[in-house]
Amino acid sequence: MKIAIIKYNAGNIKSVLLALKRLGIEGFLTDDPQEILAADKVIFPGQGEAKSAMRYLKERGLDEVIRSIKNPFLGICLGLQLLCKHSEEGDTECLGIFDSDVKKFPDQLKVPHMGWNTLSKSADPIFKEIQFPAYFYFVHSYYATVSEQTLSQTDYMLPFSTVLKKDNFYAIQPHPEKSAEEGEQFLNNFLFEI
Amino acid sequence: MLTKRIIPCLDIKNGRTVKGVNFLELRDAGDPVELAKLYAEQGADELVFLDITATNEKRKTLAELVSQVAEAINIPFTVGGGISTVEDVSVLLNAGADKVSINSAAVRNPQIIREMAEEFGSQCIVVAIDSRNVEGKNIVHTHGGSKPTTIETEDWVKQVVELGAGEILLTSMDHDGTKSGFADELLAKVSSLVNVPVIASGGAGNMDHFFNTFTNGKSDAALAASIFHFKEIGVPELKTYLKSKGLEIRI
Repeated sequence: MKIAIIKYNAGNIKSVLLALKRLGIEGFLTDDPQEILAADKVIFPGQGEAKSAMRYLKERGLDEVIRSIKNPFLGICLGLQLLCKHSEEGDTECLGIFDSDVKKFPDQLKVPHMGWNTLSKSADPIFKEIQFPAYFYFVHSYYATVSEQTLSQTDYMLPFSTVLKKDNFYAIQPHPEKSAEEGEQFLNNFLFEI
Repeated sequence: MLTKRIIPCLDIKNGRTVKGVNFLELRDAGDPVELAKLYAEQGADELVFLDITATNEKRKTLAELVSQVAEAINIPFTVGGGISTVEDVSVLLNAGADKVSINSAAVRNPQIIREMAEEFGSQCIVVAIDSRNVEGKNIVHTHGGSKPTTIETEDWVKQVVELGAGEILLTSMDHDGTKSGFADELLAKVSSLVNVPVIASGGAGNMDHFFNTFTNGKSDAALAASIFHFKEIGVPELKTYLKSKGLEIRI
């Protein structure tokens, strides 16, 4: 199974590779459109800033590549936000796979939303064998609004989308690669159940 | 609900854990990777590695260790100890650390916080502050708490957050090693001054100390070393206790 991890100007990519390795899968980093389109599954991770990330993807034509992918696709953290319509971070037009918008958390509580929080229950196969309430590790200052494509949501000051799904596209806001056994199970499900 | 975090801290020297570690189940109690795995399996929410190596080889051995830890564990971890440049941070994050903590270097040159935050994002820049009460004032100390500065902790906390710190690790030197509880009054004050998470450190002696710092101290996370290493308190029993007292805890 060929698992491509999209290489772009965002951090936290090594942790995803290592998490896959713990599950017995060697992912490969690439920004080559042909390699991405030929992969069995694609992971789009990242921590970083939306505007510069979108600019980087567009410059390399990766925005169109991502939209045309038909195989299972998983966006993580910034990857989720870039799959939404629009982000308040840098007033950025994003990829528009999901109908959610990305907004900045109000500042009545601490921002970033950092630490372990719970996911609402979903019966989707991506959650196979995950016990609810499942705890995942979050680090983010912007959130995706709840839309029809929201599979699971989390509350921090307000409810927001934690896992989104449309066709072959999945995305998760917290970091499964850092979310202990539940996170490993989630990645395992993406690799072997989707 | 966002949970309160429990963070064991491992002191590292020349790639090995220091301070006696009393874990019979470990083949090699001096191996930070094995200890880290054990804590992760026990339900620690994060780990902190504090490197106290003072040799020239430091940077290389630390990066190697970070890389091994990143391969082995599935929870976030922070690395600190002698980090002073953007390049230091880059090496450790690339080796797989989730966050770095800076202390003395930030006091020497506060602008380094901004440079690091702009380069890597605030979320991975923890500023560690060692505070000691001197004649009624909370004074920032550097070099492992040995050197006093003229800066008041409350002013420093506000300044580092303005410069881009994403989290504060506050150690009370007055409480550290006493096992008499965290510096909850100071912690609550600091938490009210800034809008980033605050990690309490120094003084943990029993499970109620953790409860108190999460309630009275308004701390977002609590760090301890020896009580976990010597198994005076186990991470699982601590978390079960705190949850039974009504706190949001990941079990």
